[in-house]
Amino acid sequence: MNIIQHVANLLIRSVFHADPASWPWTWLVQAVVIGIAAFLAFAFVAIFAGPVSWIERRIAGRIQSRIGPNRVGPQGVLQWLADGVKCWLKEDLVPAAADRPLFLAAPYLVFTGMFGAFVVLPFGAQVVAADLNVGILYLLAITSLVVVGLLMAGWGSNSKWALFGGVRSAAQLVSYEVPSAFSLLCVVLLAGTLSTQGIVAAQGGWPWDWFIFRNPFMFAAFFLYFTAAIAEGNRTPFDLPEAESEIVAGYNIEYSGMRFLFFLFAEWANIWIMAAISAFAFLGGWQIPGIAPEQIAATKGWEFVGWQALSWTIFLVKATFLVFVVIQIRWTLPRLRVDQLMITCWKYLVPLSMLMVLGVLVLLALVPEGGGADTILRGAMVGLGLAVVLVSALRVRRTFRVDREHYREMEGRDLWYPPYRLP
Amino acid sequence: MVPAVPPPVRPNPVRAYFGNIRRAVSSTFEGMTVTMSWLFRRPSTIQYPDRTEKPVREMLPETYRGLLEVDLSRCTACLLCAKTCPLGCISIETCKHPDGAREFQTFDIDNGLCMFCGLCAEACNFDALAHTREFEASVSSAEQLTVRFVDRPGRLVAKAKDLPPRRPRGSILAALIPGFGRRRRRAAPPEPPASPAPAPAAGAEGPENPEGTA
Repeated sequence: MNIIQHVANLLIRSVFHADPASWPWTWLVQAVVIGIAAFLAFAFVAIFAGPVSWIERRIAGRIQSRIGPNRVGPQGVLQWLADGVKCWLKEDLVPAAADRPLFLAAPYLVFTGMFGAFVVLPFGAQVVAADLNVGILYLLAITSLVVVGLLMAGWGSNSKWALFGGVRSAAQLVSYEVPSAFSLLCVVLLAGTLSTQGIVAAQGGWPWDWFIFRNPFMFAAFFLYFTAAIAEGNRTPFDLPEAESEIVAGYNIEYSGMRFLFFLFAEWANIWIMAAISAFAFLGGWQIPGIAPEQIAATKGWEFVGWQALSWTIFLVKATFLVFVVIQIRWTLPRLRVDQLMITCWKYLVPLSMLMVLGVLVLLALVPEGGGADTILRGAMVGLGLAVVLVSALRVRRTFRVDREHYREMEGRDLWYPPYRLP
Repeated sequence: MVPAVPPPVRPNPVRAYFGNIRRAVSSTFEGMTVTMSWLFRRPSTIQYPDRTEKPVREMLPETYRGLLEVDLSRCTACLLCAKTCPLGCISIETCKHPDGAREFQTFDIDNGLCMFCGLCAEACNFDALAHTREFEASVSSAEQLTVRFVDRPGRLVAKAKDLPPRRPRGSILAALIPGFGRRRRRAAPPEPPASPAPAPAAGAEGPENPEGTA
């Protein structure tokens, strides 16, 4: 039973003193609870998308050796509110030659496609709006709605740049659906279910129980999925639909005011969604180390709430970490050309992700779960993951140290400057 | 005779394919470590304008062409500047007293029109009209862009024979518009003395993990 039915039944029993199974107004209470849940998810998107835009700009600033927004509120944390108010006050301009209905509806379609994904995201042990048994399929389908919105925006704007952007984004999203679906297929094969909660339940709290460390093919599939998801979210280095240097701003060039903000809003929320999907499909989702999901479900009262909050926090930490990675990739890699984009997808990601599906299938048949070979594989993959993290940390340290000596020679000052300090 | 062209060396496609994958992974990894280390480096920029060592206008060269100002005590109302201005942003009006003396009615400079070409300042024979180093000219309405230099009625036009010394540049503009371009300044927080080796702790680099590629 999911949390919405749970809360609705609790309400009916305690407030209306009726039996939820036979009471005629059960559906009404459930509808109200669903409405509240949708509102909470919406508030989460809004409150998440805003500060992430500020964090991204600060990180971008430091990577480019400048400061980034730092004036509105302490450290500039309220910059997103100022930007929102600014966009709100701008005129909502519709070009005279635009296809008016398409132009007006496009941002909402993009936003709906993005927001619909929140229905099946498993935030916590019991915190999910609806645990559909076709969860992954639903995710792939509903996020494709964004393509329609972008095409509508591109066509409806009656601008060649917008049309280029819309067509580019359609080609890109349709292409990259394939590798991302294949990579998620690996997860589905291991979990034996399409339900998002089922996928999380098939993993465990400890890293060696996560799907990413199950075997080498899953390890590769994670990165394949991550790359494809970045491309599907129109993020750098795959942000061709809004390449400023080629097509000015792409599909959203003719938009202003709140409609423009909706596009940006969907983009920020999309980062969160792809990070969340990676986190629950590969990184163990909300699983708490050492506690089985059944034990959490069996608790009552405040203990239950506490475990839910803890699992929610764990999921949030994992997803936020991936959001940071996405942001850093944006400020690291240059944009791909259109042909390179298609080559990356069809010549590299698609065959490789097919290979990963085959590999996972073979290992499923050859290596029984829980056996000695399985344990060795998992241990080796966790070791590999730790090695990657350690080596990269050492590389960061080395890069920094070399330049620090040069800086001290040239400037007579120390190069070290923590990210929170404002010069 | 056509010179013999050596046949092009075609790379082994399989090696090229896997070489591309290897290069993509390694270059992304390298790039991520470099950008990560930049998060802990001192930025090149400082917060404008309140953390500069002195006001920015004082760091500009003497010949900087900032906002125009006129010292009316040296102005003979010859109208050379107004006639030289390609945009007509200077408007001067005078009236004659019965005793022959002339009085300024208006001396307005529209900074919204001015393109800071410096022709007027060059045309001025008495060093009355000159550029200042003031450049922070934002105001809240377009009308405020026009600076009116006739501060009191009965301001007489100067005679070229006896001119008072030129007042310091910028002082007239500053007196005319109090607070104009004078922004609030904050002192930078004291920086802790650099300890021998506060290297970026390897464990404390939260969003690190430059492995987000395949």
